[in-house]
Amino acid sequence: MSQRHLLALFNNFEDAEAAIYELRAADIKGFNFDDLTLKSPIEHHEVESVLGQRSANVQWFSLGGSLLGGLLGFFLISGSQANFYAQMKGGKPIVPFPPNFVLTFEMCVLGGVFITILGFLICAGLPAKRSPLYNAKVSEDQIGVLVKADESAMAKIKGVFLNHQALEIQEEVSK
Amino acid sequence: MKDIREDIAWAQINQDVLKSMESPRKLYWVILFFAFAAFCVGVGCEVYQYQTGMGVANKNNPHAWGLYISTFIFWIGMSHSGTLLSAILHLMHADWRKPIFRFAEALTTFSLMTAGLFVMVHLGRLWQFYYSVPYPDERGLWPNFQSPLLWDAMAIFTYLSSSILFLYIGMIPDLAICRDHLHEGWRKKLYTLLSLGWEGTDRQWRNFRVTYLTIACFLIPLAVSVHSIVAADFAMSQQPGWHVTSFPAYFVAGALYSGCSAIITLFIILRYVFKFEEYMTLPILKKTVRLTFAIAMIWTYLNAVEFASVWYSHDQASKDVLIQKVVGPFAPFWWGMIFCGSVVPLMLAFKRFQTNVPVLFVVSLLLNLGMWLERWMIVAPTFSHGYYPWTWDHDQWPGFVQWGMVFASFGWFTMLFMGFCKVFPSVSMYEVKEMVYHRKLHLKNSETAEQGAH
Repeated sequence: MSQRHLLALFNNFEDAEAAIYELRAADIKGFNFDDLTLKSPIEHHEVESVLGQRSANVQWFSLGGSLLGGLLGFFLISGSQANFYAQMKGGKPIVPFPPNFVLTFEMCVLGGVFITILGFLICAGLPAKRSPLYNAKVSEDQIGVLVKADESAMAKIKGVFLNHQALEIQEEVSK
Repeated sequence: MKDIREDIAWAQINQDVLKSMESPRKLYWVILFFAFAAFCVGVGCEVYQYQTGMGVANKNNPHAWGLYISTFIFWIGMSHSGTLLSAILHLMHADWRKPIFRFAEALTTFSLMTAGLFVMVHLGRLWQFYYSVPYPDERGLWPNFQSPLLWDAMAIFTYLSSSILFLYIGMIPDLAICRDHLHEGWRKKLYTLLSLGWEGTDRQWRNFRVTYLTIACFLIPLAVSVHSIVAADFAMSQQPGWHVTSFPAYFVAGALYSGCSAIITLFIILRYVFKFEEYMTLPILKKTVRLTFAIAMIWTYLNAVEFASVWYSHDQASKDVLIQKVVGPFAPFWWGMIFCGSVVPLMLAFKRFQTNVPVLFVVSLLLNLGMWLERWMIVAPTFSHGYYPWTWDHDQWPGFVQWGMVFASFGWFTMLFMGFCKVFPSVSMYEVKEMVYHRKLHLKNSETAEQGAH
């Protein structure tokens, strides 16, 4: 059966959350709750209690990036210093740890930041083409609830949205 | 005193900020004109110095570093404002920072760019700039990684690139607002490109929150390390007056201090020029002023510690440098530093001055002057009065080319900063909306609790 997208706009978080609660509880055939997306002009982490725990894995990228950066930094420096075997070091260590720590730290941060950004782009799905049901009101003052469901479920979902004072409902046939 | 209204509509916030980008007050163009004129002075000085040689700057032994390195440190210090307001206060959940952190982040980025220029100006031989990056010469020898000067190059590169990314990532939701609400034209194309197709989905916000917090956590130790490393340029040498253990802490405090005073100056300018009276409110200014006062007192204390450790070190050469600062040829500038850096901020302790905009504008400029003098007083007296009497030189003063470059750096910075504020939203719209939303929610909850109690 063909699936369709539906976007409902709400005036506030309370109405949007109430609609989402009802959709979750209603167990509508042809609609999977994981296909629901909330769009908002601000970050609203209270929404996690309604949507359920959805993962954010950026921190693993940060960890990997900082470890990679630090190791790369240390081996780059000590590798180049090892080249100094050819030169007199006056009894000082060829690879001195205290001064090398400084650059290792800098590279650790550099790698961490760069890979965190990469992780953010991957995890947030950016850059992306805007969905056809995007409404500019979402970046202003309205809350959008986007669902993807079978055509048969549309009427029920619309009904739920209208019950909770949806300001506007937009539909689109998905390919 | 009027703070941001809880009942202000979200759409109104968008409208006000977007309007400010399109039609600032006329003073904006006046500032931009003078900034450009100052920048042109610098270009002229640099061309003259490049063609004629470093001698025209009147920078010769023993004054090897002069105003260029002093001003380099000044601009590096200034860059700590963004980290303080964005990262540290973000972790401390200080929501009053929300309307002003964006321009503080821009201040960080552009002051680092200005600082970077001084390294090249100081180098003179611009074509050999690559010597300071990890790149081997034709005999396979790499730069000395044990030198604090190389640490500096790496630290500044890391700080600059991280700050740019931090500024950009934090701006993506606002760029999407600009994309959605501005008319067709080059601006819309730019915002469409930079906003990366942001739609404000729960997935995007969730990852955005973690990313912003993580980068903030990276930036705080990075900012401390950057200025500690700049301090290490001095403290790791054996020069009299520089070999002091408290230098890193002293430098970091000085950096936060100059950053805060620059925030006050720019707060007042942006508030007027971009008509941000509704968002950059006096209570926010008051909090910034109090923060600046606290940091000023820490800086004063660390200054006293530095003098005491030199005085009681029984190192005669270091003591002589200190005496030179207090009663020698540098005395007017040194006392100027003490006056501007430690006496003037005492005004900030008085409530009636904490929201007096004209007074604060003058005070913030004086604080910045004090911070610039501080950097000069760290660099110059030590060079003029080293260990060996035959190297002493108390009569060499910076030439007009050096002064011209210092003057121009303010023009360059102002040009970049004001240009940024015209093209990008300098007040974070989504953060102000969040602030208003949470305050409203808090107010509603308090009212409900009160009604319940009755």
